[in-house]
Amino acid sequence: MINSKVFFRGLKSLKGVRSPAIPLAACFIALGALLKDAGFNLQQSAASSFFTYALPGQLVMAESLLVGASLINIFIAVWLVNFRLYPMTVSLFPLLKHKSQPKWKYYLSCHFLAVTSWLIAKDSYKKIDQRYRIDFWMGIGFGTWTTAVLMTSIGYLLSDYLNKDMMIGLAIVNPVYFFCMMIDAMKNISISIAVIGGTILGPGVYLFSTEWAILFAGLIAGTVAFLFGVKNGN
Amino acid sequence: MEISDIMILAIIVTSLATFLSRFLGAITSEKVSVKSKIFQWFNCVAYSTLAALIGRMIIFPAGVLSDSDLIFRLIVLASCILVFIIFKRNLVMPTILSAFLLAFLNNI
Repeated sequence: MINSKVFFRGLKSLKGVRSPAIPLAACFIALGALLKDAGFNLQQSAASSFFTYALPGQLVMAESLLVGASLINIFIAVWLVNFRLYPMTVSLFPLLKHKSQPKWKYYLSCHFLAVTSWLIAKDSYKKIDQRYRIDFWMGIGFGTWTTAVLMTSIGYLLSDYLNKDMMIGLAIVNPVYFFCMMIDAMKNISISIAVIGGTILGPGVYLFSTEWAILFAGLIAGTVAFLFGVKNGN
Repeated sequence: MEISDIMILAIIVTSLATFLSRFLGAITSEKVSVKSKIFQWFNCVAYSTLAALIGRMIIFPAGVLSDSDLIFRLIVLASCILVFIIFKRNLVMPTILSAFLLAFLNNI
């Protein structure tokens, strides 16, 4: 059903000099501590990472609850902030497709899609036989997801020992890791324009619209990058 | 409604709102071919959306990171990218360095 050899190869991406375990641990420990401050209990904090597993959305949920937002408002705010997962899935899953593989694998394993797992999969899918890429992805996803759930619980339990400087230190790790991975991904002109354009436009559009900034910036910079690639036969 | 019930509902609502984008992505992917132009467009949009998110996280951060100075965050980012390039794209070193460096700079 699942090719265990390939699955474990995916799982092993947590090890080594390119390990995502440290940035994942840093940001989910910080999240666990933050959820405790926001009044969640241990089970709820772990369940949040188990079922949502998308940090910006979980932050929005905690912040919205603190200001007394309605459930509908939370749904819309989270949907907006996590909508990036839609283009990310469509730019990864076609690479993992194989006609011999059952659909349930794709429908279930899309839950593992987050920035970290996506970046690793995009970086390494070529090394895997097309037929078993979905199993490789499930290995990456399972490893990153379980790390996130575990670290949220540890962060919750450690929160009394974390001072503000430590929290600030933990919070910078993830953006730095993402940035390095993005630089690594800039292998052709289209992706380079997409990354540089997005980095500039993201904070730029944020000055005018906080909710829509990421989507607008992504759409504009991505489309420009795509058109440039088409024009140059890339 | 009890506050703990509201929290559980908020977790459910957040999870559904998040899974919706992932699941729609999985459904759309069934019809998208790797060789198509639309795939390339989605690929560019995915990278730029991600870059926009990371750019915003550094310049206009949410949560505790907003208590640090922008110039310090930029110094940390630049130093860590340099370490990443010098040490043959090792990711463990720059990520560990980033935490200590920002905590240190924030204290001086």
